[in-house]
Amino acid sequence: MDKLSALSPCAGLLPLTVGATKVVEVEPGQMTSVAPYNGQQDKLSKAMKAAHGVAYPQANGLIQGSDAQAIWFGHAQAMLIGPAADAGLSEHAALTDQSDAWAVVNLSGETAEDVLARLVPVDVRLAHFPVGMAVRTQLQHLSVSLARVDEGTFQIMAFRSMAHTLVHDLKTAMEAVAARG
Amino acid sequence: MRIANRGLLDHSKPVTFSFDGVNYTGLEGDTLASALLANEVRLVGRSFKYHRPRGILTAGSEEPNALVTIGQGVRQDPNVRATVQELYEGLQARSQNRGLSLQFDPMAITDLAAPFLGAGFYYKTFMWPRAFWEKLYEPIIRRAAGLGALSGEDNADVYDKAYAFCDLLVIGSGPAGLMAALVAGRAGADVILAEEDSRMGGRLLAETHEIDGKPGHVWVDEVLAELRSMDNVRLMKRTTITGAYDGGTFGALERVRHHLGSRPAGAPIETFWRIASKRAVLAAGALERPVAFRNNDRPGIMTAGAVRAYLNRWGVAPGQRVAIFGNTNDIHRTARDLLEAGVHVAGVIDSRHDGPTSDNYPVYRGAQVSNSAGRKALESITIRSASGEQNLQADCLAMTGGWNPTVHLTCHMNGRPTWKREIESFVPTPGAIPGLEAAGACNGAFSTAACLREGAEVAARALADLGHTAPDVAQPQAEDDAYEIAPLWAVPGKGRAWLDFQNDVTVKDVQQAAVENFRSVEHMKRYTTQGMATDQGKNSNVAALAILADATGRGIPETGTTTFRPPYSPVAIAAFGAGGTGKSFAAERFTTSHKATVERGAPLIEAGLWYRPSYFPKAGEPTWLESCNREVGYVRSAVGVADVSTLGKIDVQGKDAGQFLDFVYTNMFSTLKVGRTRYGLMLREDGFVMDDGTTARLGENHYVMTTTTAGAGDVMKHLDFVNQALCRDLDVQFTSVTEQWAQFAVAGPKSRALLDTLLDQPLSDEDWPFMACGPVKVLGIDARLFRISFSGEHAYEVAVPARYGDSLFRLLAKKAEEMGGGVYGMEALNVLRIEKGFITHSEIHGRTTAYDIGMGRMVSTKKDCIGKTMTQRPGLEEPGREVLVGLKPVEKDGQVLAGAHLYKKGDEPIRTNDQGYLTSVCHSPTMGHMLALGFLADGRERHGEIVKMVDGLRGVETLCEVVDPVFFDQQGERVRG
Repeated sequence: MDKLSALSPCAGLLPLTVGATKVVEVEPGQMTSVAPYNGQQDKLSKAMKAAHGVAYPQANGLIQGSDAQAIWFGHAQAMLIGPAADAGLSEHAALTDQSDAWAVVNLSGETAEDVLARLVPVDVRLAHFPVGMAVRTQLQHLSVSLARVDEGTFQIMAFRSMAHTLVHDLKTAMEAVAARG
Repeated sequence: MRIANRGLLDHSKPVTFSFDGVNYTGLEGDTLASALLANEVRLVGRSFKYHRPRGILTAGSEEPNALVTIGQGVRQDPNVRATVQELYEGLQARSQNRGLSLQFDPMAITDLAAPFLGAGFYYKTFMWPRAFWEKLYEPIIRRAAGLGALSGEDNADVYDKAYAFCDLLVIGSGPAGLMAALVAGRAGADVILAEEDSRMGGRLLAETHEIDGKPGHVWVDEVLAELRSMDNVRLMKRTTITGAYDGGTFGALERVRHHLGSRPAGAPIETFWRIASKRAVLAAGALERPVAFRNNDRPGIMTAGAVRAYLNRWGVAPGQRVAIFGNTNDIHRTARDLLEAGVHVAGVIDSRHDGPTSDNYPVYRGAQVSNSAGRKALESITIRSASGEQNLQADCLAMTGGWNPTVHLTCHMNGRPTWKREIESFVPTPGAIPGLEAAGACNGAFSTAACLREGAEVAARALADLGHTAPDVAQPQAEDDAYEIAPLWAVPGKGRAWLDFQNDVTVKDVQQAAVENFRSVEHMKRYTTQGMATDQGKNSNVAALAILADATGRGIPETGTTTFRPPYSPVAIAAFGAGGTGKSFAAERFTTSHKATVERGAPLIEAGLWYRPSYFPKAGEPTWLESCNREVGYVRSAVGVADVSTLGKIDVQGKDAGQFLDFVYTNMFSTLKVGRTRYGLMLREDGFVMDDGTTARLGENHYVMTTTTAGAGDVMKHLDFVNQALCRDLDVQFTSVTEQWAQFAVAGPKSRALLDTLLDQPLSDEDWPFMACGPVKVLGIDARLFRISFSGEHAYEVAVPARYGDSLFRLLAKKAEEMGGGVYGMEALNVLRIEKGFITHSEIHGRTTAYDIGMGRMVSTKKDCIGKTMTQRPGLEEPGREVLVGLKPVEKDGQVLAGAHLYKKGDEPIRTNDQGYLTSVCHSPTMGHMLALGFLADGRERHGEIVKMVDGLRGVETLCEVVDPVFFDQQGERVRG
C-alpha cells in the first residue's frame, strides 16, 4: 500500500555541535501565520489569549505560553506555534498554515552569541536582546526570525528550502568561533 | 643592537626567524622590524620605482619602506609591514621588489636614470605608437616597479566577519583613549576600546614619561587591569578601525592569527568587524613626519619617535652613533633617552635658532641636515649651518619634522581637516563625523597631560549625551612639556629629497607638478602619485602639500588636503569579502524533490536562488536533446511529472481580497467562482507587463495566487506596496505559501489515471473540469489540486504540505514510469510551453505590453488596475509595434536562435532595417523541426510571410515563416480532453 512519509526541513542535517555551540532542529507542531484584519488586533489578541493562552505579540515580542508560542513576525503578522489555530480566530485575522514552510532550530551554548555575531547584524547580547525578544533580520543572506526563548537559547526560523544553507552558515560561523578559541 | 635589560619584553624568551633565508633570533614581543634592527639588519627592501635600498622608517602601521612577504606558496602574504608583523617561532620573511638579491639588484640602474624618470615621465614618453602602451610599455614598467606578489593560487586562508555594538567606541589606547575608556567604563557605559597594536598603551609604551610618578607602561597596565575587570568594557587589540560610515558604523579589521605560526583548518586569520556605536572617541594619536632633504631615504634614517619606540619598548638601539635632526623639543627627548640607554649621541641638529642646548651632546642650532652618505646603510650626514657645511659620522639619524594628528577617520564622510598653526598641522574639524569627537594627539594635544585631560573630557561629554553620569576620575599627573615647533618641510638644495618613500616621490616632483600647472592638490597627487601607495602617504602628504603651497604661492590651508578615504590602513579584499566565498556567496534553495533529482543524475540549473533539474539523463542518450525529446514525449503521449514548487504562491485573504486582486491584475478576479482558477496578468505602474500566473479561489474570501519563479519576491513586494501605499482601506492580507506546499505538475493524457491511484476520490470531468481547483486527499493527506496546464495537455498540479514532497515526488515518478511516462526537467517544460505559445519572462522581459503579447483584451475595460492608464499612452498603441509571433524555419532542418534579429526577406541585415527579434527557441520533437517565439513589427498581420532571421554573432541566417504563436493544438482540445 502506497503511503506518504514526512521529512522535517533539517532531516539529515542536524543536530550539530561544534565547540561550545549546539544546533538542534525543533519540532514546532502546527505553525499558523496570523495576520489581523483592519482594526481587529485587540479582538484577535483576546481571542488568542482565550483559545491558546498567548496574546497577539507586540513588535519584536515573543510570548511563550504553556503549550503555545506567539511570535511577532513582521508588519501586521505573527506566528502561532504549537497547537492548531482555533477556527474562531479567522474572524479577526487571516490564518495561513505555515507548518511546513519554516525550518525551526534552536542554537545554544556558551558561544552562541559569538556565533550569531558573525551572521546577524543585531546586538544579541542578553542585556540588549532579552528572553522574549524576537526580530526579523538577516542571517548571512537568509531572511530569518530570531528570538531568545531562554537565557541560553536562540530560536531561529528560516525558509524550509534554505534549511541546508542555514545549517551551512551556522556551521561555518560555529567553526570560526571554535577555532578562535 | 639589543640593549640588555631594556624594553618592555622578556629577554629570556628567544624566538628564531628568518629573513631572506638567513636565520636570526629575536624576542617574544618583538615585531619583525624590531627584531631585524636588534640583529643589525638595516637594508630591508628596495623602493618602488628606483629600486633604492631602503630600511625601516617608522615603528607603526604607517611604515612605507619595510614591506615584506611572509610565508610561502599559497599561504604567502605580500606587502606585510615589518613594523606591524609580530615575531613568532619559525617566521619566514622575504624582501620584495628586488632583483637577484636584496643586496645586489640590477634594477637599481633605474636610480641612475632618475633624471629622466621624474613625475610625468611615462605619460610624456610612452605616447607613441599608441598601441604599444598596453602591449609593451606598461607590462615592462609594471614588472620593473612594484611591491610583493600574490601566490597566484586560491587563497587558502579563512577570513570571517562579525558585528559588534556599543555605546562608546574608543579608537586608540594611548593616554587619551585609556582615560576615555576608563571614564566611560566606570560610568557603566557599554564600551569597546579598539587598538591597532598588539599591545595597548600607545605612545606610553614608546616613551619614558611618568604618570602619577609611575612609569607610563605601569599606569597602562593598571588601567587595563581595571578595564578588564569590567563586564561592560570590551578590549579589542590588533584591531584597526578602518573606516567611519553612516549611522555610527565603523569598519574594523582584527588580525587574529598573523602573529601565530599555526593556521589550523577553519581558523580565521582576520575578522572584519562592523561596529555600530552610539558615540565614538577618536584617540588615534599622531604620525611623525620626516624631513625632506637630499638622500633622506637611506637605511638608518628613521623618525625620531620610532627610534625612541625601538629603544624604550623593544630595547633596541637602531644605531651605535645616532644623530638627531628636527624642529621640536622631541629631539632632546630622543637624545636623553639614547644617552640613558648608553647609546652614543653624535649630535643634535636643531633647525630652530632658539632651541635648548645641552652639556651632554653637541647641539647644532639653526642648522639642517642637507645630505647623507652610505649606499646600503647610513655612514654620515652633512650638516649645513650659517658657518658652512660639515660632515658628521653617524649610522642612524633620528629625524622629526613634527607630528601630524591622525585625522583620517574624521574625513571619511567627506569632511576636511582644519589647519592649526600652533602645531603646523591639520586637526579634525569638529562634527565631521556625527557622534565622533577627537581627543589627545589626534586632536593636536601633544603633551601627556593634555591627552589624559582631553580623553576624560570627551568621554564625559559623550556620556552626558547618552544620559550617563560621568564619574569623578582624578586627573593623573603627567608631563606637560611644550612642543615648540618651527616649520621645517624641506631642506633646500639640489638632488632628490624624498617625500613619499613608498612611491618614490621627491620635492622636485611636486614642484614640477606646479610648474606644469597641476596646481590643485588633487592634480598634484595624481601627476606625481604622491600618497597613492599602500600607505596612502601617511608620513608625507602634509609635507607634500606644504611644498605645493610654497611652489604655488598659497598658504597651506588654502592649498587644502587630498581626500582621505577608507580604509585607514590596507585591508585584504578577502577580509572585506569575508563570509562571502564558496557556498557562503549566496543561499541555495532546494525543492523537496532535490535529493531524488540529484540521485537521478539530473544537471541542475539555477532559477534565482532555486536549483531545478535541466533534464534527467538516461543511459544511451548522447546529449541533453535526446533526454529532452524523450521527456516531451512522456507528456504528449503518456504522463510526465515535474516539480513546480518554485513558482511563487501567495495566500490572499480578507473580505476585500477580490477587489484587491481586481486592482493588481488586468482582468477580473472578484467574479471568479469558488473552486475555479483563472490566468492573470499583472502590469507595472508604467503599463508594461510585470508578471503572470494563475490565481485560484479557494473560498469566498480566500485566493491563492501563483507567480513566476523569478517574479515571486518582486510580486510580494508589489502587493505590499499597493496595499500599504495605494489602497490602505482594503481589508486584505497576504502570506507567502511558496515554502509550505510542494507542488507537482502531472501532465499528459494519462495524468488523471495516475492521480486516481493516489487520490482518495477519483477525478471526473464533471467535478474537475479544466481550471477547477479544490481540496483533495492524497493517500489520506490533505492536499490541493488544480486542473491547470502549462503544456497544453490534460494536466493537474497537486500540492501537498512540503514535508511529504520528497515522498510524493518519488511515488509520482514511479507511477508515471509504470504508465510509460516519467519525470521531466526544465528543458522539456520549455519545449512544451513553446509548442503551445505560452510566455515566460523571456517574452515578458520588461519592455512588452499586454498588447504586444497578444493579451490586450485582458486589460478589462470595466475597472481600473495598476498600469492601465499608462498602457493608453500613444507610443504603446501605435501600429508598427513589435508583437508576439511564432516562427518556423522554411527548411525543415533550418536553425533558429534566441537573440537573433528579424529582417524582411530582401533587406540587408542592418540596424535600420530591423523588424524584431527572437525570444525563445526549441527543437520540437512533436513537430519535427525547430520553433521560435519572437516579436515582429505588426507581426499579427503578417502570418504567412517569409522573413529572414539573422544571428550576427553566430553567423547564422535562416528564412522563417511567420505563424501564430500557438504551434500545437490550436483549438485547445487536449487540455480539456
